[in-house]
Amino acid sequence: MEFDPFLLARLQFAANISFHILFPTITIGLCWVLFYFRLRYTLSGDKAWEYAYFFWVKIFALSFALGVVSGITMSFQFGTNWPGFMERAGNIAGPLLGYEVLTAFFLEASFLGIMLFGKDRVSNRTHLIATALVAVGTSFSAFWILSLNSWMQTPSGYRIEDGVFFVESWWAVIFNPSFPYRFAHMLNASLLTAAFLIMGVSAWRALKQVDGPATWKVMRTGALMAAVLAPLQVWIGDMHGLNTLEHQPAKIAAMEGIWETEKNAPLTLFGFPDEDARTTHMAIKVPGLASLILTHEWEGELKGLNEFEGEHPPVAPVFWAFRIMVGVGMLMVLVGWWALWRLFRDREESSSAHPWLLRAMSIMTFSGWVAVLAGWYVTEIGRQPWIVDGLLKTSEVVADHSSATVAGTLFGYVLLYAFLLVAYIAALRYLATKPARSLSLTPQQLAMDDARTEGDA
Amino acid sequence: MDLGYWLPLFFAGAMGLALLIYVVLDGYDLGIGMLLPFASDPEKDVMVAAIGPFWDANETWIVLGVGILLIAFPRAHGIVLTSLYLPVTIMLMGLILRGVSFDFRVKAGDQHKAMWNRLFALGSLVASVSQGWMLGAYVTGLTGDATSTLFAVLIGLALPALYIMLGAAWLLIKTEGELFRKAARWGQLAVWPMGAFLLLISIATPLVSQTIADKWFTLPNAIGLMPIPIATGLAWAGLIWIFNSHQILDNGYGWLAFLALIVICVLAGIGLAYSLFPDVVLGQLSIWDAASATESLLFTFWGAVIALPMILGYTVFIYRVFRGKATHLSYE
Repeated sequence: MEFDPFLLARLQFAANISFHILFPTITIGLCWVLFYFRLRYTLSGDKAWEYAYFFWVKIFALSFALGVVSGITMSFQFGTNWPGFMERAGNIAGPLLGYEVLTAFFLEASFLGIMLFGKDRVSNRTHLIATALVAVGTSFSAFWILSLNSWMQTPSGYRIEDGVFFVESWWAVIFNPSFPYRFAHMLNASLLTAAFLIMGVSAWRALKQVDGPATWKVMRTGALMAAVLAPLQVWIGDMHGLNTLEHQPAKIAAMEGIWETEKNAPLTLFGFPDEDARTTHMAIKVPGLASLILTHEWEGELKGLNEFEGEHPPVAPVFWAFRIMVGVGMLMVLVGWWALWRLFRDREESSSAHPWLLRAMSIMTFSGWVAVLAGWYVTEIGRQPWIVDGLLKTSEVVADHSSATVAGTLFGYVLLYAFLLVAYIAALRYLATKPARSLSLTPQQLAMDDARTEGDA
Repeated sequence: MDLGYWLPLFFAGAMGLALLIYVVLDGYDLGIGMLLPFASDPEKDVMVAAIGPFWDANETWIVLGVGILLIAFPRAHGIVLTSLYLPVTIMLMGLILRGVSFDFRVKAGDQHKAMWNRLFALGSLVASVSQGWMLGAYVTGLTGDATSTLFAVLIGLALPALYIMLGAAWLLIKTEGELFRKAARWGQLAVWPMGAFLLLISIATPLVSQTIADKWFTLPNAIGLMPIPIATGLAWAGLIWIFNSHQILDNGYGWLAFLALIVICVLAGIGLAYSLFPDVVLGQLSIWDAASATESLLFTFWGAVIALPMILGYTVFIYRVFRGKATHLSYE
């Protein structure tokens, strides 16, 4: 059976970017959490915060390393898989990627060394600043790459000459219409991912009874973040949806499984979209709700997929990914509020006090990953068949490799990534279960430890 | 001033500089990766500690190098990377394995440490060989015929030798005692294959490329270029001297070896740049043909002019913070 090299190139890129995004998603958010831990320690001198910092900085470093190496892959894959994209849109994509390297990559990679090993070599203040710089670097990185991604979704500020894009206004390119929404949505997603990660791992430690005072401080930090940021994400997501409706109606139609243009459109909660039959089988619908959510009016008109026939994205993956994202998001709101209510009301720090909550939190450890991947599938598959929405088709820019070459390397990547993912989760589990000196001490031991390691911090 | 002329030139220079810095900096940590199997277990920890604070930033230089290729010369980026698809993919897998092994070897359980050490060494070797392969294929104009493949294999073997030298020289700076003596021994051994490969490449390059031969062996250019091979030869002789002299090593001048290697890399870089210029894909595409639109280059130019000195500044700061011997820097 001969595979389509175009499909294989897309699969390979998807495999690479899906693996890659897992790690920046953690590090962008986690670094600000680390900065908070470091700040709390600096202000209060409470060793628990310092222990929290040095426990989580290890996980940060591990995630960062995976992000760096898979990110290097990305910088090459633009050329190896989509050379036409750089030839046609290089005038716009190039500088945005360039600014990411110049303003973010070196900053993060350089000051990470100080975060990890510099405690005894630089002043307390320099160490705090180094942490802040890495956090700023990760957010800068997100800024530029999301600007480019958003430009591909909602291009503006350009002109086209002989099929090649030229810049008319950098301001309009960088702050293109979907960028503010996508940037806010992704930054908040990173913070949420980090919140559920730190909550989940702390809950796991409590269940395994290797917890200490720092574990509960971290858990409460995560609970507070989740309880505030999860509902905020629902609101940002709603705004982002309205923006998508304005600029990419075909994507919205696929997300909602709307085939015919209609007013008072029903919301399909569940169903099986069928592109050949151009209908959604076994659909469970709520009358008028899609119009209400997307236009904020009962009588709002939504365009159907049939208006974009031949030029709309594959419906089922977008439809399903969207439901997974929203479903996980709702769970996050519930667990976030539950955790906030229980952990701040009942201050007893033992696993017997919160048996069900701790289990729920540890199950949700990687919920951020699921939601983020699903969300990216919605937006990226939802942009197809275009690579630059409405202007340049993905099939026009693919590299001319034999399907055997692409299939072979794809197989290699998938194997490697599966191995690394297993290793990553195993390492996290190992770190989480290890009764680290730092996190497992009782207050009395802490006092003793303080005396023993006086001058250490 | 004609920006359409000068900006591609500026970016070609910046790209060359970024890749040169990459070779020196990631070269030493890849080299240490390849030397890892020859050290005892406690020594392995010190070797990793000697590169721990630096490797992330070191690797970023290749992202900048490829980034500039992509930003400034997008057409060349497509041609180069699609032609080098296979070695690039293999290199990336090597870099991935190596980069994550740094962290996994201390964060996974002790029973897995030996496996991650092996993967670290393997990844370093694979990345180094495939970088040499890429360089060889690139210098011969990406033609992919038998001669250029053979040439690529040659450089594929030479580059790891250079990296091992850089690694050994870095260990002279960062270690002491038994490991220091081992590093000196490694340098004494590796300097010979490195020299042999340098010589072979210098002979082979003009043979596989008529364009390059014409540039080097026509008068009066040939005379003006003589200092490059002569200085390279002297630096190489200096390396042998340094690695074999107890006086130099025992009195703390081991860093001279690293300096001599930087000199060799800079000279090789100048030679390479002279051979290729003004093409970004030899015989196919000049830097001006491949360049992005001037307004795009100008926008990136201002960013680069501001950011690059800052990057160099804090890189120096980081190296100052972590100066001295890497004895018990815990990497967990």
